[in-house]
Amino acid sequence: MRSTLKFAVPLAVAALALGACGTKGGDTATPAASGGAAACGNYKIGMFGALTGPNANLGIYIQNGVNLALDDYNKKHADCKVTLENYDSQGDPTQAPALAKKAIDDKKVVGIVGPAFSGESKAADPAFNEAGLVTITPSATNPKLAENGWKTFFRALGNDATQGPAAAKYIKDTIKSTKTFVIDDASEYGKGLADIVRQDLGSQVIGNDTIQQKQTDFSASVTKVTSSGADALFFGGYSPEAAPLIKQLRDAGWKGTFVVADGVKDQSFIDNAKDAAEGTIITCPCVPADVAPEFQAAYKAKYNEDPNTYSGEGYDSATILLDGIAAGKDRSSMVDFVKSYDKKGVTKQLKFDAKGESADIKVFAYKVEGGKIVGTGEIK
Amino acid sequence: MQNLIDNFFAYTITGLTIGAVYALVALGYTLVYGVLRLINFAHSEVFMYGTFAALWVVMLLGGRPGAGVGQVVFWVAMMFVAAMAMSGFIAVLLERVAYRPLRKRNAPPLIALISAIGASFVLAEIMGLRSRITGWVGLDDNLRDYVRNSRNNAGMPTIIAPQPIFTIGGYHVTNVDVFVIVGAIVIMIILDQFVKRSRLGRGIRAVAMDPESAALMGVNRDRVIQVTFLVGGLMAGAAAVFYMLKIGITRYDAGFILGVKAFTAAVLGGIGNLRGALLGGFILGLAENYGSAVVGSQWKDVVAFVLLVLILLFRPTGLLGESLGKARA
Repeated sequence: MRSTLKFAVPLAVAALALGACGTKGGDTATPAASGGAAACGNYKIGMFGALTGPNANLGIYIQNGVNLALDDYNKKHADCKVTLENYDSQGDPTQAPALAKKAIDDKKVVGIVGPAFSGESKAADPAFNEAGLVTITPSATNPKLAENGWKTFFRALGNDATQGPAAAKYIKDTIKSTKTFVIDDASEYGKGLADIVRQDLGSQVIGNDTIQQKQTDFSASVTKVTSSGADALFFGGYSPEAAPLIKQLRDAGWKGTFVVADGVKDQSFIDNAKDAAEGTIITCPCVPADVAPEFQAAYKAKYNEDPNTYSGEGYDSATILLDGIAAGKDRSSMVDFVKSYDKKGVTKQLKFDAKGESADIKVFAYKVEGGKIVGTGEIK
Repeated sequence: MQNLIDNFFAYTITGLTIGAVYALVALGYTLVYGVLRLINFAHSEVFMYGTFAALWVVMLLGGRPGAGVGQVVFWVAMMFVAAMAMSGFIAVLLERVAYRPLRKRNAPPLIALISAIGASFVLAEIMGLRSRITGWVGLDDNLRDYVRNSRNNAGMPTIIAPQPIFTIGGYHVTNVDVFVIVGAIVIMIILDQFVKRSRLGRGIRAVAMDPESAALMGVNRDRVIQVTFLVGGLMAGAAAVFYMLKIGITRYDAGFILGVKAFTAAVLGGIGNLRGALLGGFILGLAENYGSAVVGSQWKDVVAFVLLVLILLFRPTGLLGESLGKARA
């Protein structure tokens, strides 16, 4: 009997507390929606992406931007601060649905920055759509994500339907490649992007291969590339595979130009591939740091380094959600707020079309020089 | 198919190179199985620790591309010392912590298997959390370069620049390819002779053949088992050096896939059989490369495992059969 009680008492308390939370959440939503500024919702925004694991750098660059936006907001609204809730997916689509449920169940979360990658977006976004929880991704670039009719999907950057053709254009016009080899990593992002490049380059593509994520020995792919006589290689994938791939290609004496996309725009690519990374071309719909000097200075002051891939997009995405909270929106009214948003952010004019795509899109080319990723200008 | 025919030698040589690494790691599985009838699933982590030891010693000694021959020889020698010491140590530690207590209590083999898998997770996670661990013990500042981004890839400078030294059928065989393949074979010959001729080797064979009789004949079983783990660890350490020279990038979970492949190689050749491990490793390396050439690199692992299934269907004990105890080696 005593042992049953031991369990029953805390359970009952917990149930009461849960019930109380539920009703309280419902109550505060009403005054907030009707414009009562006095009630503080204790709202949170979510950061959904890889914060640990091999792809963590890309997630952390975004998180840094988001945190900066939160600092700005909380300085102005010291009486009613917004907090950040992290959903660390490690970039893994299989972990995404459970995390999405966790975010949806937390009624204080009024908007999500992310999911950061395309694969996890595909896995998590249907749940967000059903729950009406708005997501603004600062980095997932697979074009098909916008084709699902998800009402809560917004993308604060160009997708691969613009990045892919820009990469193809760069390979054709700037590198002047005539024989191009294309490799993808079979991921939602990598394959989607590589397929667009394949289509745009047409007969100029002299060979194709697909690798697996987490693969480290690329000897077969290396032989295919070197024996094809390709003068340029486009790789659709992320940096954990890009680094050993280019290292082994250079070891085998391949001299062509290595072209990758935003998934590789990460310092760890250079740290691991070392000299082999030199000369790599990276395309990215992300804006170079020096476009927004004020943001760059604030970021540098806080993190002691320049803004990196998608830090600015992360800042912008978070700012949209925070503006919504400042305007008294809650979870259900946030979707319409984001849909009609139209303001200048640090990276671009923040405005979305009917599908949730960013209305103002630019793609930039970067180059690895002297162990650093250096911007070389917009691809027009 | 045309691609494979045109570049047959390129696929063959690179396949043999990675096959040599599989073979050396496979020896660890096969030796332990021969003596204990136990699959040491944590052996993949023994290999992974070796890759990190090799990486760290190069970082410590300031390894860089384009150094003189004497310098490079010294670095490579130190890589062997560090990686073999590290892997040997981890293997012996593993035996002490994860297996010996179970053996003393006469636990059924399945329990040891669970213990092996658990030990594997623990070892991999320790490596994956190394930056936090150094943080806790307050060594963060001194070791930052060694533990940075501990869940991410860790890359090594190319200390041996691959130079083509001769050409077979259009493929320029590089010094690294030759070093890895020849080095692995030499190490395996040494091991083969050790098991065949030395006193400890005789002990290993005796325990493998019949543990009770061996004990009656005065063979110290615990000591033999410990030596077996040590030797397996040393082989994994050597494999780790070759892997780092060829691939040059490792990660806390780098052991997993390679371990599965090496285990496959051991089964392919006949688990418990040293020469079988060598053969199995090379065959697996070749099959993967040929398969990648014909049906695309994403089918690499599928080809390897289809081959395993086919061989086991027709020869359930592997190509050369289980024989550590029975025959010569």
